[in-house]
Amino acid sequence: MLDIDIADLKRISELIHQKYSYDFRNYAMSSFKRRVLRIMELKKLSVDALLKKLTDSPAFINEFLDELTVNVTEMFRDPGFWRIMREEIIPAIMLNHKQFKIWHAGCSSGEEVISMCIMLKEMGIHGDVNLIATDLDVNILEKAKAATYPIKNMELNEKNYIRFQGTGNFKDYYKEEGGNAVFNKDLFMNVSFRRHDLVVGDLFNKFDLILCRNVMIYFNQTLQNEVLKKFHESLFKYGYLAIGSKESLIWCDYASRFIVVNNEEKIYKKIKD
Amino acid sequence: MSKFNLNNSYKAVVIGGSAGSFQGVVKILSQLPKGFPLPIIMCLHRLKHVRNGFVEALSIKSVVQVTEPNDKENIKKGCVYLAPANYHMSLELGNHFALSTEEMINNSRPAIDITLGSCAYVYKDKLVGILLSGANRDGALGMKNIHDRGGLTLVQEPTECMIDTMPKAALAATKIDHVLKVDQIVEFLKELDKQYR
Repeated sequence: MLDIDIADLKRISELIHQKYSYDFRNYAMSSFKRRVLRIMELKKLSVDALLKKLTDSPAFINEFLDELTVNVTEMFRDPGFWRIMREEIIPAIMLNHKQFKIWHAGCSSGEEVISMCIMLKEMGIHGDVNLIATDLDVNILEKAKAATYPIKNMELNEKNYIRFQGTGNFKDYYKEEGGNAVFNKDLFMNVSFRRHDLVVGDLFNKFDLILCRNVMIYFNQTLQNEVLKKFHESLFKYGYLAIGSKESLIWCDYASRFIVVNNEEKIYKKIKD
Repeated sequence: MSKFNLNNSYKAVVIGGSAGSFQGVVKILSQLPKGFPLPIIMCLHRLKHVRNGFVEALSIKSVVQVTEPNDKENIKKGCVYLAPANYHMSLELGNHFALSTEEMINNSRPAIDITLGSCAYVYKDKLVGILLSGANRDGALGMKNIHDRGGLTLVQEPTECMIDTMPKAALAATKIDHVLKVDQIVEFLKELDKQYR
């Protein structure tokens, strides 16, 4: 059975950091190890062969990133979260702002972006919201932009949508083409997709709401702390941050600048600059 | 004289189970000695999209409150943990949990192999692994990891299991130290408890 020790994992993240502009040195060890082992298994590479390939063929880095980052997601994951978005959070933002901005940080293949756009459309405010969706992986961003998914995923997505109690018919949002569900591009009218790395990237805008669900679980606490600082700076005062239902930020230095709005769905509000 | 020849070097107990394991887990938790000294880390197959109810159902008769840890939560002695719905649950060096939304393994998330494998990595020979009734092969590799790292391996007696695929797969995959009925697993845990008194 394949295995890899921590020293080799460190060699890999150091090499990537030196040679490419990515920094995995503060990723959570257990999942980083599984991801690297997965790549070694998929590509039939030993540790030394992997290091050599990363050194010698720069084109390999995109393939590597694509497998390293976790791109498993679903539309309307945690339907209760989306109901609270619709019934509490978005209305609260709208009390003070007619137009507002949302950042999907680590958007992966775009399922959450589509969920948000469907929800905003059903709320009748689709045109009032600007969305920016970012990911560090260029390949996955292309997939997100294409908004095309295997039709077999739609059963789960539709179940979630029904439990979210969407007001439309889920099937109306996509067309079936050759085994795929191709989502209506109008949903993305106010969305801009761009490459951005949460770890090394600069701040680029200010937002009323940031969604970053199940992304920071792949970071260690040092990195979570740094990223929370970035989110804090990227939020307007009284802006909201949503993380995954089993994530927590209570140990971060910046946690005291937020209050918990909903503990079940891990929605926080920035209350201090 | 100790029936299972135990000592007080163990630091954690990890339990995996799937179809047909619920009753066994309830029995184990309800008969656990008060103040059981080790953390019990459980990964049980469960409905992916039902977040609430399971931990409550397990807690009704349990001696100790069962909790679904948050990512990065520290592991405490004497607590019982359950892998949350739709997340894999690993242990991280440094004694905390790490959750992940990676691909399903053995058609499961949470996958028992991930929890068992990471516990084996962290606790090495200081771990007791228990695998109960279940309908697929998840957990067999994890039990092998536990054995290979020097930990103690227990499976539920296949004839007692509602579905015996899981313990049988583990028996085929690695050396299992004890094949026990649930009542005997309870006895085992009581004896383990005594080592720390």
